[in-house]
Amino acid sequence: MAQEAYITGLGMSEVGVRLARSPLGLTVDAVREAIADAGLTLDQIDGVATYPGKMQSFLGFSPISSDDLIETLGLKTRWHIGAAEATAQLGAIAEAANAVKAGLARHILCFRTVYEAGALARPEEFPPLERRKDVTGNSQWVSPFGAFSAANWTAQFAMRHMKRYGLTREQLAQVALNDHANAALNPRAIVKKPLTMDDYMSARMISTPFCLYDCDRFTDCSTVVIVSAGDALDEIKTVPIRLAASAGSVERYSWDQAEWASAYPTGRDLWKNTDYKAKDVDTVQFYDGFAFQPITWLEGLGFCDVGEGGRFLEGGKRIARDGELPMNTGGGQLGWGRLHGFGFAYEAVVQLRGEGGARQIPGDPKVAIATSGGGPMAAALLLTKD
Amino acid sequence: MVWQRSRPRLDKDNRAFWTGGAEGKLNIARCGDCGGFIHPPREICRFCLSENVAPFAVSGAGVVDTYTVNHQAWAKDMEVPFVIARVRLDDAPGVYLTTNIVNCPVDAVDIDDPVQVVFEEQDGIWFPLFEKVA
Repeated sequence: MAQEAYITGLGMSEVGVRLARSPLGLTVDAVREAIADAGLTLDQIDGVATYPGKMQSFLGFSPISSDDLIETLGLKTRWHIGAAEATAQLGAIAEAANAVKAGLARHILCFRTVYEAGALARPEEFPPLERRKDVTGNSQWVSPFGAFSAANWTAQFAMRHMKRYGLTREQLAQVALNDHANAALNPRAIVKKPLTMDDYMSARMISTPFCLYDCDRFTDCSTVVIVSAGDALDEIKTVPIRLAASAGSVERYSWDQAEWASAYPTGRDLWKNTDYKAKDVDTVQFYDGFAFQPITWLEGLGFCDVGEGGRFLEGGKRIARDGELPMNTGGGQLGWGRLHGFGFAYEAVVQLRGEGGARQIPGDPKVAIATSGGGPMAAALLLTKD
Repeated sequence: MVWQRSRPRLDKDNRAFWTGGAEGKLNIARCGDCGGFIHPPREICRFCLSENVAPFAVSGAGVVDTYTVNHQAWAKDMEVPFVIARVRLDDAPGVYLTTNIVNCPVDAVDIDDPVQVVFEEQDGIWFPLFEKVA
């Protein structure tokens, strides 16, 4: 029988805005917690995966590379990757699953450390990104026109959805309202209380149709998941959650040349890689750096027809914890914080283990989806307890 | 808009696009063999892999594919609000340009509005902006 891959350990550092602790310290905190959760010791770790790894960018975006962690922890690894060019954030976990399935490693530490808030507070240590001269790559096609932020790029997809399919701000608001309601029950979330429709409608605009509550905010945190091989589960003390399938399809790798985000081809292709169907899914953890993105995942994965995502969200009941498709039960990035993708895999595992506490969804969930990415980047994971 | 626009680093692929406005031209890379337009510009055609790719001056007419009104000053000197749009070019099938719609109130722009290129020069770069056509 072919080797399977499982998520066997979860760890997370303190989550906050402008934390005093260093990004390396946060990463080690999260690693310690994940190792203890799984019941492993560091000398059993033989692989490391991260997204993205060191790159030419604002240092707070990716302060810790895979080699930083290997050196810091004194690991002896057989496999590692910085997944900067992989499908999207969760592509690092998908690659780790492929590595253990191929027998290249037994227990892989997968981490995402973000330090954008802390870095902005310490410009001498983390120089700001130069956006004004010598811009290259994707940035040269958008930043000269003041479209500095992915908020501007994603907002244009949302505006087209409004014009073509009738998406309303009241429907869009349900993503932030749902995130805040769930975050209020998550002790690790940066948001502590629910949001009302009045709060939402009176918030200042960022980039139409997105108001302040439609956009995630810089957060300092490290999130770790451990991916283990199926034949190493006797070394693990947690309920293993299987990485049953993944996808990460792209049709145009250019933010402003694609008609819609890659959530559509990625969502379609996830179902080609598994016998599970959308109707089997008990909870979804959809990337929501901007509130429009879950609509693309709902439609791309076939939970509703293309153009119907807004009406699926209407009133918020279907995505609530006791609804037919509980979504972003930990608070998503609008409530938990900008954990940048890995928080969705973390929360899917929490729910499948039944460890959600006050935010645990009813029943005995067995199938979850976690996604990451907006625009041309997209990754989806199907996670099962079976 | 008076703020200092980000300045692209010029190279062999993008120079014709960013400097064509000096001659009033909106240059889009085009394949001399299959006629396909390649944007962002590259030296090899994304449709037929021909290397016979050269800048081609299009009419500068297009329509608003989608847009957003940006209210956030991402830089200290940025005057808000202003319209960021994606313009679909009439005579370069499949090419979209992120740009600004200028010379009209921000609430006067809508999807499918016909627009025409106008250039704004800063420090040797000719930024293709668009304005509504009556």
